[in-house]
Amino acid sequence: MVEFSLPANSKIVEGTRHPAPDGATNTRTFKVYRYNPEDGKNPHVDTYEVDLDTCGPMVLDALIKIKNEIDPTLTFRRSCREGICGSCAMNIDGVNTLACTWAIGDIKGDVKIYPLPHMPVIKDLVPDLTNFYAQYASIEPWMKTKTPLPPGKERPQSRDDRAKLDGLYECILCACCSTSCPSYWWNGDRYLGPAILLQAYRCLIDSRDEATGERLDDLEDPFRLYRCHTIMNCAKTCPKGLNPARAIAEIKKMMVARTL
Amino acid sequence: MGDSLRTPLSRVTGLGSAKDGTHHWWMQRLTAIALVPLTFWFVASLASLVGADRDQVADWMAGPLPALLMILFLGTAFYHFKLGLQVVIEDYVHAEWVKITLLVLNNFFCIALGGACVLSVLLLLFGG
Repeated sequence: MVEFSLPANSKIVEGTRHPAPDGATNTRTFKVYRYNPEDGKNPHVDTYEVDLDTCGPMVLDALIKIKNEIDPTLTFRRSCREGICGSCAMNIDGVNTLACTWAIGDIKGDVKIYPLPHMPVIKDLVPDLTNFYAQYASIEPWMKTKTPLPPGKERPQSRDDRAKLDGLYECILCACCSTSCPSYWWNGDRYLGPAILLQAYRCLIDSRDEATGERLDDLEDPFRLYRCHTIMNCAKTCPKGLNPARAIAEIKKMMVARTL
Repeated sequence: MGDSLRTPLSRVTGLGSAKDGTHHWWMQRLTAIALVPLTFWFVASLASLVGADRDQVADWMAGPLPALLMILFLGTAFYHFKLGLQVVIEDYVHAEWVKITLLVLNNFFCIALGGACVLSVLLLLFGG
């Protein structure tokens, strides 16, 4: 849905200020989006001054320090703290990325932290990814075969065919790319978005998969696939350095190839 | 509220794939490629006709090659315009009846205006 201004109950107001502890000399200001569905209030931005001398180097370290030592009500997802689970995806300094791999030192000025853009917010930095995960389920992201598995054996794959999965299998489904895409903002109910289409391409070019045609049939749709207008925000923001836009272009090439 | 009882997967799969869109995407690329030389020719022709009176322009247009290129340029440009505007409408207009109305008007507008332009070329070609 195209929305050029926020609905009245989503307008962000100024929140509470939590000053640095006495004696702290190396402090940094964090401005964090806060929303509690239970208090009936508009979202607000709380300000936390964090003593960096007693804080780890990453944005996630600062969030955990804030939750442990300043404000236990701050809510966010995190798990692996090493960029492999995708839980702590959020908008930091205007960029969708993982809090655990984004260094505080690389940010100039105040550190502004918001949830992933244009998603329903459950609480604070926790977005509702139900639609995103349902879209992932809709592409049936598992290997489909008709040929029975050779008894006692794996399905063989050449080294060259295995290499085609590089740059795809690394995707951790953090949703940074999809929530950075204007097309996904406007039409996320019907457009699958860069993350899911990259996963779809990973299945399409797996040499062991035998459902390529059916997969292309399911993707061939003005909204599911062709809402991609090569804006490239996805490739720019991916915290794993992947290129979903290229994967989508390859799907479009496969679509044309089977008509020519 | 009834929609909230549907499963997320049911909402996502919706009416299923339209099995369409590739032709639109491919035609948009083909017309874009064709428009590169045609637009250069069109701009160069206009530049060479600066200051010409009506008879000189009509004489020029009555030549078979300029008439052919002009018809190709107009047809390709209006087709490309229709394809592009359709994408804009689908991207930004979400009220279903407004979207369908605009998509219909887009077709009518481009075919009518393109047809009128081509007719003008033919009148100059055959009638002077």
